[in-house]
Amino acid sequence: MKNVLSNSIKNKKLKVVWPYLLLLPALFFVVLVVAYPIIVALKLSFMDYDLTRLYKSQFIGFDNYTSILFGSTSKRFFNSLMRTIEWVFFGVGGQFLFGFCLALLLNQYFKGRGIVRSLSLIPWVTPGVLIALMWSWIFDGNFGVLNDLLIRSGIINEKIAFLANKQTAMPSVVTTIIWQGIPFFALMILAGLQNISHDLYEAADIDGATVWKKLIYITIPSLKNTIFVTTMLRIIWVTNSVDVIFNMTNGGPANATRTLSVYIYQEASKLNMGYASAMAIVLSLLLMVVTIPYVRNSFSNLEK
Amino acid sequence: MRKTYIKGNKEKTFRVLFLYLPIMLFLIFLLFPFYWMLVTSLKTSQEIRMLPIVYFPSSPSLDSYRYLFEQFNFLHPLRNSLFIAVLTTIISLTVSTLAAYSFSRFRFKGRNFFMSLFLLNNMFPTVLLLIPLFTIMRSIKLLYTPYSLVLSYTTFTIPFSIWLLHGYLSDLPLTIEEAAMVDGASRPKAFLAVLMPILLPCILATGVYIFMQSWNEYTFAVLFTNEKSRTVPVALKMLVGSFGVQWELISAGGVITVIPVCIMFFFAQKRLVSGLTAGAVKG
Repeated sequence: MKNVLSNSIKNKKLKVVWPYLLLLPALFFVVLVVAYPIIVALKLSFMDYDLTRLYKSQFIGFDNYTSILFGSTSKRFFNSLMRTIEWVFFGVGGQFLFGFCLALLLNQYFKGRGIVRSLSLIPWVTPGVLIALMWSWIFDGNFGVLNDLLIRSGIINEKIAFLANKQTAMPSVVTTIIWQGIPFFALMILAGLQNISHDLYEAADIDGATVWKKLIYITIPSLKNTIFVTTMLRIIWVTNSVDVIFNMTNGGPANATRTLSVYIYQEASKLNMGYASAMAIVLSLLLMVVTIPYVRNSFSNLEK
Repeated sequence: MRKTYIKGNKEKTFRVLFLYLPIMLFLIFLLFPFYWMLVTSLKTSQEIRMLPIVYFPSSPSLDSYRYLFEQFNFLHPLRNSLFIAVLTTIISLTVSTLAAYSFSRFRFKGRNFFMSLFLLNNMFPTVLLLIPLFTIMRSIKLLYTPYSLVLSYTTFTIPFSIWLLHGYLSDLPLTIEEAAMVDGASRPKAFLAVLMPILLPCILATGVYIFMQSWNEYTFAVLFTNEKSRTVPVALKMLVGSFGVQWELISAGGVITVIPVCIMFFFAQKRLVSGLTAGAVKG
């Protein structure tokens, strides 16, 4: 009898400990590779810390921050901030627009729909470097296939060095990131579309609503949450993306495509870690401000 | 109520114009780069710089593939990438399955706090973590080893897998394990014997996603590897030599890189897509 009792107490204790025990390994990793590094990044951001001249490292207070925001290099920072806004606005905007259209098409019944859907997802599983290299080759100024196609169809008369030209570099990298992001948007919106009740459309049909009206009054409102979550995820993702721009233009020509992520990455590659950390912290704060509604939304979903 | 009776010529042209044509255009746009990569990989370096451009190579050559393995030892980065991706997948899956199980099967103090901790993880810019991780790896002498990449990749694979697996698990009714536990099975036994077989396809799908992400990653890889530990994405970029770009080699390397991921993805596609979209749709 005594034994049974102590056993059940033991069980109860175990029951309380179980969830924490199961979380422990994941927590260990998160502390090790996320929390601790962020503290290190904060520390570095207040230091003059250059791996090429470590003997000179020292704490310099807010110097990195003031030089980023107000100093002689602030112009570079704000220029990159503008490039980031262009990159994200047109990149995510284009992904949304085309992804939405593709989702509407894939929501129709036609033969081979499954295959078309699978095939259209391939850009999404392709490595960023490869995407960058593939499109650099397509955009090539001498032997690029895009120049050839445009000349053949009479749209242009002279070859354009898309990635070397200040006017065309940003549109070119944006096209590439749009191409990469269409599948993800289409996927999410398609799932949302399939979740809308058919009754709504049937009711609208009875009332004689046009295709256009059904899109505006039924489809888009029903997709509000899906669009919101997907767009937010993409904003975070595209803002943080380095590999596409880095491998297509490396921020050039004349910094025309140097977004903040690329700028920070370049500084980090030069091993100027203190300054780069400070910029990374500023970028994180900016991103946090933009994504506050998303975070709030996610937290309210936690209860479920 | 379906209006099949007016399915005449008018509807047919409508479908061609507003369904088949745009779908064709989308497919051409999304797939042409892959076609072009394949064609480029089958050309010789002279053919690539030939005008007018050849769209359908008449005598495809596998030279660039051979060259890639013989001269550039492409097998080496492939092996590195495989090792890193497999290790990352095993570690992330183990750790995340336990955590996701905890979140979906227990209501405990601090649950929301811990969940949001993992959720927020996905928001930090790569470059924010990259810099301190570089200095940390350097000081613990892990820099330029495969393990520095495995550890770095867990920064995004673990939070993401927890989220994905939590979604799958929450859809499985509690009654499945409870029945086993009433019959006297311990919790670990109920988990392994009853829940695991049902969950396995979802775990595999999550594993495919983790594998894909570690296989494709470039930003960390280029700073955290040297010639010995170089992964495939870094090796691809290395083919952009100082004497002009060897597009036929890059394309051949690209074809080899993409194929394994594509095959894996197609097998896992259905479950992966349902898991990924569930969160955003339900909301």
